Amino acid sequence: MKYLKVLLNGIVKENPTFVLLLGMCPTLGTTSSAINGMSMGLATTAVLVFSNLIISCLKNLIPDSVRIPSFIVVIASLVTILQMVLQAYVPSVYEALGLFIPLIVVNCIILGRAEAYAAKNDPISSIFDGLGMGLGFTIALTLLGACREVLGTGKIFSMTVFPENYGALLFVLAPGAFIVLGYLIAIVNKLRKA
Amino acid sequence: MAYILIFITAIFVNNVVFSQFLGICPFLGVSKKAESALGMGAAVAFVLTLATIVTYLIQKYVLIAFGLEYLQTIAFILVIAALVQMVEIILKKSAPALYQALGVFLPLITTNCCILGVAILVANGTYSTQGLEPNLLTGVVYAFSTALGFALALIVFSAIREQLDLMPVPKIMRGTSIALVVAGLLAMAFMGFSGVDNGLSKLFGL
Amino acid sequence: MAGILTLISVVAGASLASVNEMTKGPIELIKQQTLESGIRAVLNSNDLQVQAIDSLQEGSVIIYRTDKGNAVQATDANAFGGNLTVLVGFAGDGTIQGYQVLETSETPGLGAKASFWFKEGKGSILGKNPSKNNLTVIKDGGEVDAITASTITSRAFLRCVNAAYEALSMSADAESGATKQANSN
Repeated sequence: MKYLKVLLNGIVKENPTFVLLLGMCPTLGTTSSAINGMSMGLATTAVLVFSNLIISCLKNLIPDSVRIPSFIVVIASLVTILQMVLQAYVPSVYEALGLFIPLIVVNCIILGRAEAYAAKNDPISSIFDGLGMGLGFTIALTLLGACREVLGTGKIFSMTVFPENYGALLFVLAPGAFIVLGYLIAIVNKLRKA
Repeated sequence: MAYILIFITAIFVNNVVFSQFLGICPFLGVSKKAESALGMGAAVAFVLTLATIVTYLIQKYVLIAFGLEYLQTIAFILVIAALVQMVEIILKKSAPALYQALGVFLPLITTNCCILGVAILVANGTYSTQGLEPNLLTGVVYAFSTALGFALALIVFSAIREQLDLMPVPKIMRGTSIALVVAGLLAMAFMGFSGVDNGLSKLFGL
Repeated sequence: MAGILTLISVVAGASLASVNEMTKGPIELIKQQTLESGIRAVLNSNDLQVQAIDSLQEGSVIIYRTDKGNAVQATDANAFGGNLTVLVGFAGDGTIQGYQVLETSETPGLGAKASFWFKEGKGSILGKNPSKNNLTVIKDGGEVDAITASTITSRAFLRCVNAAYEALSMSADAESGATKQANSN
């Protein structure tokens, strides 16, 4: 029950994209299609779960004064491992996400959760916190990617919804990322108030 | 001439914020006042240029030389973090006036993904060099121009946001929501520069 | 205190080294497979042997010679937003068999259309021969229909194709010249 609450906190109450507004660069940069957004979300989730787990286990070992550098080393190692694994086994995702894979290191969500949650809680609930935050991020990115893909090309997950000629390409391009996210945040604001 | 082309392309055509989506967090976070936008822009220009030089040298003379390319991410982020700390200490001691202006922005820069992003692009040579060999000089020109592009985006955006505060925006869209839509319109304006680089390269006879 | 940080760094470095060792093989394998399947696709043949690989102009053009024709990889630096790398398959007489976009920094949906646009309809370059057909966009006096709203990409793409053909024919000239010389000696 307690774990479920931690999990849902990240997905709904403190959704990193719509509520905390963290990690905006990959949110905008990788969501040209639903599948790209989802890949980025899942990649971030993987790093988040492991970084939360490792940092939570090490929290009593690391002195306060070198806390941040140690966290950064752990996160950067995990990201590099992820990068190599993706390149070796899922090259299409590696190609699609490009520069944004190493940039997971500077995604504020990861360092933020390490500092705010994993450094204070036990390993199991830290895993659930990472999972919840990661899934919240994944859902947001997939939603944003799906909106842009359908408005821009008439497809969702590459399945045609309406003919491509009626799509407004603008939404796949850079301006569409900002505009769609802006309206999605407004809608989420409205729903949260209701 | 090709250097001028790199300069113009990095600022306008491939603007770091509007077309590459790097450095969005400070772009949204520090753009409420034009004054702080100027400070942040200057701090980023300073650190980005410095970080690019240092990481390029590390990539070339340490990582590649010893076959340790896989340590790139970890090495770069630590170097950038250390560099930011060092700049902070040096500025505090030697140029208090400058520290007053930039100091509060420096700690924020470590997690600004445009620093790490540009450092990786330059070290790997995967940026638009306009036909020149990707070396330290083109890298520095590119990094500095990118930083100017970031500053330009930030300053223009903050000026708009100051005006926006006086406008009757629908309640649910206040804050980040309307800011993002405005950023989208700005990105659209910057799309108008696409192709300018090709025209100029013809003009310069490259 | 600094000891702990060093310890963490050493452990991190060691684990990265081992993962790097583990993934090195698969990464190489995948690169090779992608290249091989690319060459097969652009030459429309499932059964071919790469006989020689020539790298020209500091690696910006690479020619893969096979028993079923030549696949040429060429890069153009002035595409929309960076590099465009294309692999083009030529039959023995220079007729274009197929192509594949290997690297693009294009906006997905717009410039990325290049991966299929030039294979069908008025934009098709298949079956054409750069020595006989003027492979530039109609706007520039050529005979290829440019991608709608993406002339820059279309131009960059066709520059790649023409550069690939030029490099191929030049190297063929040099080679036949060399053979002639060898014969006359």
